[in-house]
Amino acid sequence: MSKFKKKTNTQTNIPTSALPDIIFMLLFFFMVTTVLREQTILVEQKIPQATQLQKLQKKTLISYIYIGKPKNTALYGSEPRFQANDALITAPDIVQWVNQERDMLPEADRGLITISMKVDKDVKMGPISDVQTELRNADARRVLYASTGKIYQD
Amino acid sequence: MARKKGRMSQEVNSGSMADIAFLLLIFFLVTTTIASDKGILNILPPKLDPNVPPPDIKKNERNIFNILINANDDLLVEGEYRRTADGLDKEMKEFILNFGEPNEEAVALFNTLPASLQAVAQRRPESSDHPKEAVISIKTNRGTSYEKFLEVFDLAKKAYFDIYAERVNLTADQYRGLSGEDEATKALQDKGKEGIPMAISIAEPDKIGGN
Repeated sequence: MSKFKKKTNTQTNIPTSALPDIIFMLLFFFMVTTVLREQTILVEQKIPQATQLQKLQKKTLISYIYIGKPKNTALYGSEPRFQANDALITAPDIVQWVNQERDMLPEADRGLITISMKVDKDVKMGPISDVQTELRNADARRVLYASTGKIYQD
Repeated sequence: MARKKGRMSQEVNSGSMADIAFLLLIFFLVTTTIASDKGILNILPPKLDPNVPPPDIKKNERNIFNILINANDDLLVEGEYRRTADGLDKEMKEFILNFGEPNEEAVALFNTLPASLQAVAQRRPESSDHPKEAVISIKTNRGTSYEKFLEVFDLAKKAYFDIYAERVNLTADQYRGLSGEDEATKALQDKGKEGIPMAISIAEPDKIGGN
């Protein structure tokens, strides 16, 4: 009888106080590992720094063009290339790409399309000006030079 | 034997669980970079119609602040050679607010400026007439690095944003953060810009030093 009593003393319930922490941990893990971008970037991207950054309110209006040296130099060479969506394009294709991007926007917003130029630090102004000329041809004149923040020293 | 088993606590010590979770959280917070849509906004000029000759704009040389950047990333600012772009924003600010030869409108504008900005006006005859006339011109070569160009363009933007922000008693960061979506912030933005258009001209790069 006494033996039976002792056995009931052992606690058999699983501690649940740490459960929220475990759930949070899982949540953070998935938040971190989820890749929001479905395209791989084929060019090098070392974004330059600037101080006078502005943030655009409407993200749907932004289309991205990546400019830089291809990562796979054996395949694409070492000259800076332009990447739009998930393919490398040449300058004359930019007008067509802009028009495609613009057609995806609602009618009222089409004039406000903004091209975010994600340009690698090492690119020279030559290719940039080629892209800008094409953007002017396509009448997509709002350009955002993507850059990261820098603390300004006075 | 049975007694010993009964006394043993089978609960795993969970006191440090929260610490472990925090540690992981901090690790991921530090190592992840969040893709941001921040950048410097620029409006390109419209495409020129080949049938229409480009408008012949007569501007006095003193109203243009010339910045040339060559393929070696050297600068030529108003005909003067320099190696770095340091301090360029202050010079540009002085240039914009020079009020060398203001017309009536510009005098009225000058009187609305806060004292700190009025103090910047040096009224030098060789600098700009008034902010409406002043243009900052940046010209590069095809071989100029994008980083240098962006640095100079950033400073030009800074000069203007400093002026705008000072007019509405904000810091430049706060001014740039204004969304312009509701009445109040829109009014502030317009008040800052009023009468001082942001005139930064980016010339087509010439062929030197690039491909």
